[in-house]
Amino acid sequence: MTVPTTPDTQTAPASAEQRVNAGIGRSVLRPDGIPKVKGNFAYVSDLQAEGMLHGATARSPFAHARLVSIDLTPALAMNGVKAVIVQDDVPGTAMYGLEHRDQPVLCDGTARYWGEPVAVVAAEDPETAKHAAAAIVMEWEELDTLDDPEEADAIDSVFRRVKVRRGDQDAHGEVVIEGYYEVGTQDQAPLGPEAGLALPDGEGGVDLYGTSQWVHADHEQIVAALGLQPDQIRCHPAGIGGAFGAREDMNLHIHCCLLALVTGRPVKMVYDRAESFAGHVHRHPARMWYRHEANRDGTLVRVQAKLLLDGGAYMSTTGAVIGNATYFAVGPYKVDSVAIDGVGAKTNNPPCGAMRGFGAVQSCFGHETQMDRLAAELAMDPMVLRRLNALQQGDPMSTTGQIITDSLPTVDVMDALVAMPLPDDTDSDNPLHLPGGTGLTTSRSHVRRGVGYGVSIKNIAFSEGFDDYAEARVVLTSVGAEVHTAAIEVGQGLVTVCAQIARSALGLEHVAVVFDDTSSIGSAGSTSASRQTQLTGNAVLEAARRVREMALERIGGDDLTDAGVWRNGELIMSLDALYDAGPIEFTARYRHPATFEADENGQGTLHAGFAIAAHRAVVEVDPELGLIRVVRIDTAQDVGRVLNPQSVIGQIEGGILQGVGLAYMEELVIQKGKILNASFTDYLLPTFLDAPDVEAILIEEPGEWGPFGAKGVGEPPTISSTPAVAAAIRDAVGKPLNRVPILPEHIVGV
Amino acid sequence: MIITMTINGGQRTVEVNTPTSLLNVLRDRLELEGSKQACEQGECGSCSVVLDGELVCSCLVMATDCDGSTLTTVEGLGDEDTLHPVQQALVQAGGVQCGFCTPGFVVAAAALFDEHPHPESDVIKEELAGNICRCTGYGAILRALEELAARP
Amino acid sequence: MEMTTPKDLTEALTAIDQDPDAVLLAGGTDVMIGVNFGETWPSHVVGLRRLAELTAWEGNRIGAGVTYRRLEKGPFAALAELSRTVGSPQIRNAGTIGGNLGTASPAGDALPFLAAVDAEVELASLNGRRTLPWHEFLVGVKRNAREPNELIVATILPEAMPPRQAFAKVGIRNAMVISTVSACLTRREDGTTTIALGSVAPTTIRARKAEAMISSEKSPTEAAIAEFGRLVSEEIKPISDHRSTAAYRRHAAGVLAKRLLERCL
Repeated sequence: MTVPTTPDTQTAPASAEQRVNAGIGRSVLRPDGIPKVKGNFAYVSDLQAEGMLHGATARSPFAHARLVSIDLTPALAMNGVKAVIVQDDVPGTAMYGLEHRDQPVLCDGTARYWGEPVAVVAAEDPETAKHAAAAIVMEWEELDTLDDPEEADAIDSVFRRVKVRRGDQDAHGEVVIEGYYEVGTQDQAPLGPEAGLALPDGEGGVDLYGTSQWVHADHEQIVAALGLQPDQIRCHPAGIGGAFGAREDMNLHIHCCLLALVTGRPVKMVYDRAESFAGHVHRHPARMWYRHEANRDGTLVRVQAKLLLDGGAYMSTTGAVIGNATYFAVGPYKVDSVAIDGVGAKTNNPPCGAMRGFGAVQSCFGHETQMDRLAAELAMDPMVLRRLNALQQGDPMSTTGQIITDSLPTVDVMDALVAMPLPDDTDSDNPLHLPGGTGLTTSRSHVRRGVGYGVSIKNIAFSEGFDDYAEARVVLTSVGAEVHTAAIEVGQGLVTVCAQIARSALGLEHVAVVFDDTSSIGSAGSTSASRQTQLTGNAVLEAARRVREMALERIGGDDLTDAGVWRNGELIMSLDALYDAGPIEFTARYRHPATFEADENGQGTLHAGFAIAAHRAVVEVDPELGLIRVVRIDTAQDVGRVLNPQSVIGQIEGGILQGVGLAYMEELVIQKGKILNASFTDYLLPTFLDAPDVEAILIEEPGEWGPFGAKGVGEPPTISSTPAVAAAIRDAVGKPLNRVPILPEHIVGV
Repeated sequence: MIITMTINGGQRTVEVNTPTSLLNVLRDRLELEGSKQACEQGECGSCSVVLDGELVCSCLVMATDCDGSTLTTVEGLGDEDTLHPVQQALVQAGGVQCGFCTPGFVVAAAALFDEHPHPESDVIKEELAGNICRCTGYGAILRALEELAARP
Repeated sequence: MEMTTPKDLTEALTAIDQDPDAVLLAGGTDVMIGVNFGETWPSHVVGLRRLAELTAWEGNRIGAGVTYRRLEKGPFAALAELSRTVGSPQIRNAGTIGGNLGTASPAGDALPFLAAVDAEVELASLNGRRTLPWHEFLVGVKRNAREPNELIVATILPEAMPPRQAFAKVGIRNAMVISTVSACLTRREDGTTTIALGSVAPTTIRARKAEAMISSEKSPTEAAIAEFGRLVSEEIKPISDHRSTAAYRRHAAGVLAKRLLERCL
């Protein structure tokens, strides 16, 4: 992949913006890059405080069981143990949850999933805390484990049902394709573990530094769960080692705060990798039944589907995830007759919630496999079929009927992808270029190459009537400006792009981003749903424009630079002097175009914006052993406008590899509700030798409301890369392969 | 027991009385938090250090087995004002996102370049296959190190 | 915790003679995972990493402390091939062949090689030395015949090593993977063939019926090669677990057997 480092003329900023070197459109380097390569960037797990205690968690060994008795005395008797807490000790509502507060802070007498926290311990050192947690004696009575989502659906154990009915329900096409598809449970597996440091303020309140994607949502839940006043808890943005959805729900946060309040000392908790797998939500596994009807010319006539996603034991964001899966169940295609039923099941499996792609990943695997099968049935090229049915700006969404006003360059994205050159065939017998790698399992003669496509559509930002906004503040200083935000930098580059936007809007080079806690600034909303560049970006843009106006107005200037305020080409006041004359700052709150809840048929304006991506995978498969090597992923993506080429490519390459991982290696193996592979030894993440070459084309058709026309870019790479790889494997081996991850035994067929 | 190690060129002494890992001692006792704790079983490379000349995962080294050892951690690469060429290349190419894997990559890549100043792309990939990155898809890391390998 | 760092073999043997419960620490790649996850919390550790007697490698006698990194560059083709697949560079720099023997996991990457060439394991105690053939040493899942007062000091390969040898290992990922199935095959000029497999039975096993069948074929036909693969599949005793299914292991073992044989013809 070649990354452009300077903008082309079409994307170059106009007027005052043009003068700024580190403004939008440039591959501005991350300000935290240097501390990160030097190893002195502080992640939550690195934080220390004077007199700090260490927390540890005792967990349920069963997926569904009644806690008959619990004896804390062996833990309390240990030297160095300062507190042991169970659910009865939690003041306030003692409940939390993102969409619905249905999860007890600690086990409420019934454990509903494997690894549910039962008690937490604070001790003088981490080893003592762990040993004390292990010493707690719990007597359990096992209950029936509901681990089959189809059974849950049948007995109405569900978090949400979503129904979409649009158009003539009696419409029929000349050709029918029916299919059943499954998606296994993927894990975000961020490298940084869950961690928190809670500092008691001595007045009954706490400052929390925790792994998070949305500190204001954490704050609201902690306050309620612990029965405190809002000003008693301050949640601080802190160093995060990746997120991908895993940090949207809390886990150890309330435990940490409560232990700090009870002991009156700082308390730090860090999950080990096994706990991390048990302690955060996963991507929903899915079962999907599809029926596509089309005419012989390829025109889609009707799409029906039932989507069953397993939400596990507590709701987390299952409501929104099944909403997304259902509303994007057709993909970026026009069809006038639609009937989709989505079910978010409630079981005793591990709770599932947000992961990059958020529901669209699951249904994309279904609809794209259906499109390939339809193309095969009609003897059409799979991309010709897709292009023929492409959904475009001005069309109604096939599911919700919402008229798409955002840019939607579906055809441009597809055409750009198809025009990309395919990689040359190779006769290399270097094991690194063969499936199986250095395992030396094969030779070139056993390997077949396959090519496959996937196209996706996803909503940007929160949907279905959610009051989705971001607040940001721009403050002029004596040397430049500061951007204040509570938005979470998880590694994606928000810290870079916010400064770029502010620089371009202010006309100043010297801009720093400062992350404020929940008491100092309003919510930026979640770092999820590909939304921060558009939401916080717009808040920064507005605040910066206003600050520039205020600075000019104060002394009648006509330009602002790092030197100060100018009039008619003359410097009339330095920034320093301007600052001395009184503060100039503006706090902006940006709300995206309103969305609404759907009617009883799933119809309405549910989404604020959309983005399209398309992927072509080239894979090599050893059909006899079922081993795979992904050679290349080509992609075209609808990005609105590129604000930082290097960051956009980074999101695309990283997102694609997560999609590739889901296609053939990443899956939590869950048996009777218990995760059998909660480690990096057995939950396989793609390594350097598994990563394909990626070539990307960025399609810049400005979006409706993002800053400078930018669209969020984080999720689309993950969505259609999975079905593209699956299609390529099918192309190589000629088998239906209706489940991801595609494991060797599926290819071999034993 | 008291263990003495030469870490990043300086002598450090610490008392360790449990079977804990070198990684824990670096992070919790010696204020060297650059080495990251991510998997604790040698499957991610985030805690990579060079111990007595060999690149290893410090989570799989018992601290008490290091008395008299010589150690290089990420903190020992580059100095206050200048970055190690590997560090510079990673920053420049966008090879850093969340950064949690970065110190491990820096140590492993520096060890590779010490041995092979101009590694081919396949060598870079194989020698760094023990370092997991969940953010970048490895593309920018590869570009960074290929650029470094191509320097005369 | 007590740490013993012996200066020579006698000191090491004395330490474990006095405390047979002492945990032996070489590369640490198995012991430390147990420590990190609280499964083992030893009170006495004997560190073997720097013992010169164990890191020595002379001809066909490979010290127990020789790391995979060194084996990767060594003269024994299949041993070098398997060593390249062990974990990551970091693991190969630390992990030793003696550790593989000590842990005796059915997935131990070096074990199929040692079994295929009929290696012996040399054990030492204050009472002297003894050598055991590999199959008397590996006695069960993660169980071996080492007495508590003994150290694994070396593995001894036969003087006449088979001229053709090949290793293969199946895993989903193309690096850093625990084997789903692994196999090592050797063949001599007279057709004598051995094959040993990992991760398909409680211990590393030889497929002796298949060996006997193919050893009598001087220039195996395609049908004979297929039959060899089928016999290997039949002889193993795989299980289903979170890494794979018994059926796949059976199938893949047969495929590997055929392909390894072809590599050695």
